[in-house]
Amino acid sequence: MRIWVPGDSAARALGADEVAEAIAAEARARGIEAQIVRNGSRGMIWLEPMVEVEIDGVRCGYGPVVPADATAILSGEAACALGPVEALEWMRRQTRLTFARVGVIDPLSLAEYEAHGGLTGLRRALAMDGAAVIEEVSASGLRGRGGAGFPTGIKWKTVHDAPGAQKYIVCNADEGDSGTFADRMLMEGDPFSLIEGMAIAAHAVGASKGYVYLRSEYPDAIRVMARAVEIAREAGILGADALGPGRAFDIEIRKGAGAYVCGEETSLLNSLEGKRGIVRAKPPLPALEGFMGRPTIVNNVISLATVPVIMEKGAAHYAGFGLGRSKGTVTLQIAGNVKRGGLFETAFGMTLGEAVEDLGGGSATGRPVKAVQVGGPLGAYMPVSMFDTPLGYEEFDAAGGLIGHAGLVIFDETADMLGMARFAMEFCAIESCGKCTPCRIGAVRGVETIDRIREGDPTALPLLADLCETMKDGSLCALGGFTPFPVMSAVRHFPDEFATAKEAAE
Amino acid sequence: MQPPAPSLSAEEIRAIIHRHLALEGPLLPILHALQEACGHIPEAAREPVCDALNITRAELHGVITFYHDFREAPAGRHVLKICRAEACQAMGGAALAEAALARLGLGWHGTTANGAVTVEPVYCLGLCACAPAAMLDERPVGRVDRARIDALLAEAGA
Ligand SMILES: Cc1cc2nc3c(=O)[nH]c(=O)nc-3n(C[C@H](O)[C@H](O)[C@H](O)COP(=O)(O)O)c2cc1C
Ligand code: SF4
Repeated sequence: MRIWVPGDSAARALGADEVAEAIAAEARARGIEAQIVRNGSRGMIWLEPMVEVEIDGVRCGYGPVVPADATAILSGEAACALGPVEALEWMRRQTRLTFARVGVIDPLSLAEYEAHGGLTGLRRALAMDGAAVIEEVSASGLRGRGGAGFPTGIKWKTVHDAPGAQKYIVCNADEGDSGTFADRMLMEGDPFSLIEGMAIAAHAVGASKGYVYLRSEYPDAIRVMARAVEIAREAGILGADALGPGRAFDIEIRKGAGAYVCGEETSLLNSLEGKRGIVRAKPPLPALEGFMGRPTIVNNVISLATVPVIMEKGAAHYAGFGLGRSKGTVTLQIAGNVKRGGLFETAFGMTLGEAVEDLGGGSATGRPVKAVQVGGPLGAYMPVSMFDTPLGYEEFDAAGGLIGHAGLVIFDETADMLGMARFAMEFCAIESCGKCTPCRIGAVRGVETIDRIREGDPTALPLLADLCETMKDGSLCALGGFTPFPVMSAVRHFPDEFATAKEAAE
Repeated sequence: MQPPAPSLSAEEIRAIIHRHLALEGPLLPILHALQEACGHIPEAAREPVCDALNITRAELHGVITFYHDFREAPAGRHVLKICRAEACQAMGGAALAEAALARLGLGWHGTTANGAVTVEPVYCLGLCACAPAAMLDERPVGRVDRARIDALLAEAGA
């Protein structure tokens, strides 16, 4: 009997380990031969721990499961039976390209990985020359999923064309944005796809060494990735002849040290080199002078892990999904105060409201939704009146927001928007790398200024607007430069909370 | 009472440094390994690290203090990280954390008098769809409420 109990850290955070133990104990007691796989999560976090049992070749779901359900699940009569998992609406409505295997396979089984299409993309890439691979990635329209949406093919071409005997592939797995967990889920649920993506990148640009800079807040992902690298090495997917006879490629997993700004690519490179994570001025581009001053691709986890499916199914297949210049799929992470939170991969173009109300089912508390922060701590608060904004890079830009890493953090009507604006400034002050005055000092002043607004000082609001302009213009990176987005969007869309703060306090 | 600071011998320090010297950019891996071995970056390791990497004490100090993870003194026997980021705030995380700190009579980064638990803020654990979230040592915990926090603290001996 085959049973799946996710080992994903969100599932574990909701009791999956205890459930797995209870099922194993119950199976033993009843003399049932049970093979328990710790898979990734299917992404329906509100149903976690979600157990699957194979019945007549079909995977049936149960969730959320508590240890006491073990008996009923093994007898096939659990009340939490969801039916065949693939038939659930959440699954049926998705276009799972990057996440096709997550939650399906045993994350550390290379055999299952291959049986589900893994390594096909790498093999096809290795039969082509680097320039042709880059052409394919460019044609797919893939844009960086780490936040900035920069075309991946163009970045790769720059590294390809750069002179240099030693080039690097650096995977940005720092995923610091609140409301995002796609990188974590992918690394915990399908680590070989990231390794495969990095190997394809290495072949394309002629790199022999890769690094995954993985945040220390993700101990489970670090363990899974480290083990996957060992397995890949044993299988020859990494190592001296990984990309063909004499063409080496290997990967090292490097643990971050709790600095949000180290998700910024140049800060990340300094950190990898063993320095303070101070942001570097660009130019020079990391593509030309990156890690150790050498040509380096820095790409997000999802960007790299999407390359194998592009190479497997072809650029046209991938580019066939999406909206305008936002091609392919977006891995929405629906989070915060929401009834059905989780990961949903779909073509770009769905509206924000559809994601929040239809997929998410509104707030967890049942109160009306007030705002959604899209794109992490540097993203704007979008009010309900903007729910018709389609999820696309240009569409969000036009609406004064950003998609970023596609995290949606939902707030109900009790949210204190002045408090959230204050938090944005506080976070910037705590995490600033310290290089630019408008960011380092400005964020501290921002907190004080918002406190003065709360106290009813009428001169403080114009000051805040001014300060935000200075931060936007005078910051080297988006930490200082984009913190004004959450702050000023809160002011713009919820002016009452900034104007009547005094009366409310009295 | 703070737990006694675990110490490393000069030999152990040298071995840890040496193990990482072949890496490109070995400093962060060395600091993580030192901290894993004794709970903080011991003063006695500074000189050998500087010598091995040919960096100044000021540079090393700059790196250690830049990153939230590195400690100059040991923490409690357990570390409870409570998420302060937006998704957890949307689910009442801020009030929950404040109440827990108040019951313990601690501020952020504080350690209980018996040395059992240090409570730290964290900005996102990637558990945003089951907020509020916390992590006890390396164990993730979702949908934390007051009872859950109390149980975690009791388990850690606070
Ligand atoms: C403050 C700050 C934090 C960032 N954090 C991340 C992060 O955690 N993960 C990420 O992939 N990109 C992050 N980025 C974006 C990176 O600088 C860079 O654009 C990205 O790694 C490029 O990869 P991509 O093209 O595949 O998106 C951050 C940027 C800034 C300014
Ligand atoms: S904006 Fe802030 S974080 Fe970015 S480089 Fe300037 S000081 Fe550093």
